[in-house]
Formats: sequence, C-alpha cells, structure tokens
Amino acid sequence: MTALFREIYNAVTEFLRTFGAFQLFFLRLLRHSPGMLVSRFDLVVMQVFNSGALSLVIIMVSGLFVGGVLGLQGYSNLSRFNAEDWTGVAAAFGLVKELGPVITALLFAGRAGTALTSEIGLMKATDQLSAMEMMAVNPVRRVLVPRFLGGVIAMPLLAAIFSAVGMFGAHLVGVEMFGVDVGSFWQQIQLTVELDDVKEGIFKSIVFGVAASLIAVWEGYNAIPTAEGVGRATTRTVVITAIAVLVFDFMITAAMI
Amino acid sequence: MLCYAGPASLARAQTSAEEQTRNTVNEISDNLIEIHDLKFSRGHRAIFDGLNLVIKRGQVTALMGPSGTGKTTLLRLITRQLIPEHGTIHVDGVDISTLNMSELYRLRQRFGMLFQNGALLTDLNVFENVAFPLREHTKLTNRLIRHVVLTKLHAVGLRGAADMMPAELSGGMARRVALARAMVMDPDILIYDEPFVGLDPISMGVIVRLVRRMNDALGITSVIVSHDVAEVSTVADCSFLISHGKVAASGSPDELRLAKSDLVRQFMHGMADGPVAFHFDAPGYEEQLLGRDAE
Repeated sequence: MTALFREIYNAVTEFLRTFGAFQLFFLRLLRHSPGMLVSRFDLVVMQVFNSGALSLVIIMVSGLFVGGVLGLQGYSNLSRFNAEDWTGVAAAFGLVKELGPVITALLFAGRAGTALTSEIGLMKATDQLSAMEMMAVNPVRRVLVPRFLGGVIAMPLLAAIFSAVGMFGAHLVGVEMFGVDVGSFWQQIQLTVELDDVKEGIFKSIVFGVAASLIAVWEGYNAIPTAEGVGRATTRTVVITAIAVLVFDFMITAAMI
Repeated sequence: MLCYAGPASLARAQTSAEEQTRNTVNEISDNLIEIHDLKFSRGHRAIFDGLNLVIKRGQVTALMGPSGTGKTTLLRLITRQLIPEHGTIHVDGVDISTLNMSELYRLRQRFGMLFQNGALLTDLNVFENVAFPLREHTKLTNRLIRHVVLTKLHAVGLRGAADMMPAELSGGMARRVALARAMVMDPDILIYDEPFVGLDPISMGVIVRLVRRMNDALGITSVIVSHDVAEVSTVADCSFLISHGKVAASGSPDELRLAKSDLVRQFMHGMADGPVAFHFDAPGYEEQLLGRDAE
C-alpha cells in the first residue's frame, strides 16, 4: 500500500515538474517572439512556408472530402424533412465552427508537427543545437521560436483553406450531384452563418495552432538524442496534440455556447 | 614549465617569495584556462574527482585518455555547457560559473569548437554554415561576409565546395567545413573534440596540419580531445592523460611516451592488459555460461 502511494506521489510530482517546465518553456518562447517577428521575420516566413505551404495538399484534399461527406450526410438527412436547401448551412456550420479547425489541427500535428519534432530532435542528436550554443547563438531564439511562430501563423490560414475547400466539396455533392438549387444553397449560408460563428472558428484555430506548435517544439527540444528517443518524441507529439485539441475544442465550445 | 596539472597554489608554494611574485605575474598572462578541484558525476558515477589542470596560452594542448574517461565532458564543462558540482574553472582569469547568460555568450564568442561529427546545420549549404556566426553576430555587408567566408573555406581547401549541402560531404570534408566555421569569428581558443575519428589517412593528415597551422598562424590556443596517440603526438605541445577522474600524467608527448607509470605506458603503447581492464565488470565467465542463469 505504501509502495502504491509512493508511486502515485512520484508520478504526480513528476507530472507537476514537467508541467511547470512546459509553462516556463512557453514563456521563454513568448519572451523571444516579438523580437523575432521584428528582427528576423524572414525566418518566420520560411517556417510559415514549411509548416503551412507544404501542408496545403493534405489539407485541401482532406477538406474536399470532408466537405463532400457533410454534403452527403446533410442532403441525406435533411431531405427527410424536405429541407435539402439547408444542406449548405449544415456543411458551413460543421466546417467553420468545428471540423475546419479540429481536423486541420489533427492533420497539422500529423504532417507539420511531426516534421518539427523530428527536425529539432535530430538537430539535438547531431549536436547542431550545442554547436549553436557554442557559437553564442541561443537555439531557443534561433531555432524554436521561428518554428513555433510559423505554426501559429500557418494554422488559422490552413483552417480557413480547409473550410473553403470543404464548402466547395459540399457544393459539388449537394448542388452538382443531388441537384439542390445553387441559389438556395449559398443564400441560406449567407443568411444563417454569422460573423460570430466565423470568429469562433478563427479563435479555435489560433488556440489549436499555439497548442500544436508548442507541443511539437517542446517534444523535439526535450527528445532523448537517439533514434529511438526522437521516434518516441514524434509519436508523443501526435498523441498529445490530438488529445489537447479535442479537450480545448470542448472547453472553447462550452464557453462560447 | 610546459605542462602543469596541479593547483596553482601548490606550485607557488615550492618557489621562493621573489620567484613567486615573478611567476604569478607570468601565470596571469600564460594560463588561459585553469581548472581547480573539479568534481562532476553522472548518476552515481564520478566522472571527475578533484581534477586540476592548466592550459597555457598559445599552445596546442591535448586531453587524452581511454574511452569513457570524460574528455568530451571536460570540454563541455570548460565551455559551461555543463556545470560542475564542485571546483572552479577560470577562462582568462574569469570564473565562468559567475557569468550570466549574456556574459557567457560574449565569452563563447571567443571560442571556436569543432564537434566530433562536425555538427553542421543540415538545412544550410557549406557557405551559409560558415557564414552563420557572422550573420548572427555582425552587421557585415553580404559582400564582406562573402570575402571572409571564401577566405576561411580557402584555408581549409574547400572553397570549391561552397554550394554543396552537408549531406553531400564526406566525413573529412564536413570536419574541415566545421573547422572553417569554428574559426570564422577569429576565436582566441579553438577546441577540437575527437577531430581524427573515422578519417582516412589523407584527411587525417590534412586536419593535423590545419590544427598546427591555425594555431601558429593565428596565434590562438588549441585544445584537442583525442585518444589517437600517434596523431596527437605530432601536433601537441603538451598532453594531459586523464584517468579515474584525475590527471594521471602530463607532459610533452615524448615525455609521456617515456613515462614509467603502468597506466601511461598502457595507453601510450596501446597495450591490451594493464590498469585499464579490457573487460567491463561482470560475473565470472564460467559461472555465467554454465551456472544457474544459463537455464
């Protein structure tokens, strides 16, 4: 029994220590972020390209099919009530408020997050971060902050593109496949979806962007500098980000309803 | 005194008051790195246990020892990538443990370090790797940076490889590029971590010549960590043999080669048997093969 309590105590202590270190790490990134945005904006732009532009294909293809599925489900269910004109609205709400930010964040974690973690982990394993320290260059500022900011900036843009392409997918299914009136499809969206709904989606995508990028750079920076260590860190990035995104999604939705 | 591996206070106690005053003045200018009573452990294993060592200005100093004696750890302690549990490390008279981060970074600008694997930044080409410290620390124009970088690359014979990526370089070339990067800021101290490991004879000869030439031409101090006795002997002015957490012997390579100590003889002549056991601690061979555990 005593051993059990000791194990629980050790686990809680370790969790609190890691959580504290994680928060301090976040503060370090925030402290260097304004300076990096002003003095080395080129590095941030490069990371927006790496995290954002290079994720475009997977985001657009996924958005198209998710929008298509929403179109199928929306038409199939709403036609039972002769409300198929609302297919676009159902798709728009689903995409803008929920699926756009959430699925984009999950895909971002799988594509860009893992790339960030493994890149930073390998830089650590091959002494590149130590070499920077020896060149009197702070690796947190030079390597981690641009990658973190790149992810934070890229995420809302990707979520917007996901939602836009998703709406196109819903249009293809609803209007082109099932013959919903194109005017009704888009006009219902225009009349029903409000700016606050879009703001909720934008807010979620920013929060998810911060969470996904922060977890990715944290895991990379703290990876054990071996092949196995970097592999494990990469896996943790995906798992922790997925859980964090879903938990934050619930909390934000509950707060905004 | 060419090499010295004891605390400065002990050395001074052996001299007369007049000599002491004169030597103290000389030592302030001669001793670039002074390590006093250094203790450092990893887990329960003591890596250094009261290590004393002085590195003289302007010399090529070698830190040698069997694998696992903490040579690279010592370099990381000297550059404060690690912090000792006990003892002091002075660089040019400054106790590095007292420095804040900005002071430490200023001090590190005086260091150049060649890592064992080169540690080139893999997303930058050769030119940008060498230019990296200049772009981070200076406001030189692109034209001037180009001149400086090409000069350094020419010195290591790789001006023609400026556009290549690190993945396209051989091990020897990567280390030469890393050497060019290490000296691009014209450091006072160049540190080499196992510079000869895994190199073919030609690359090794090139690196050996470069180490000596850089040291003499630029008037810098070089510290080499290595267990390649033959190569180190050709280039070092002074060698320290580290074992069991302390300096086991020091002197010029010739002095070490003639030393009577079993440990020094085993290391310098590459003998399998001696104070450094070939086998790691283990239960009896017969017992482990045929005993109860075998089932």
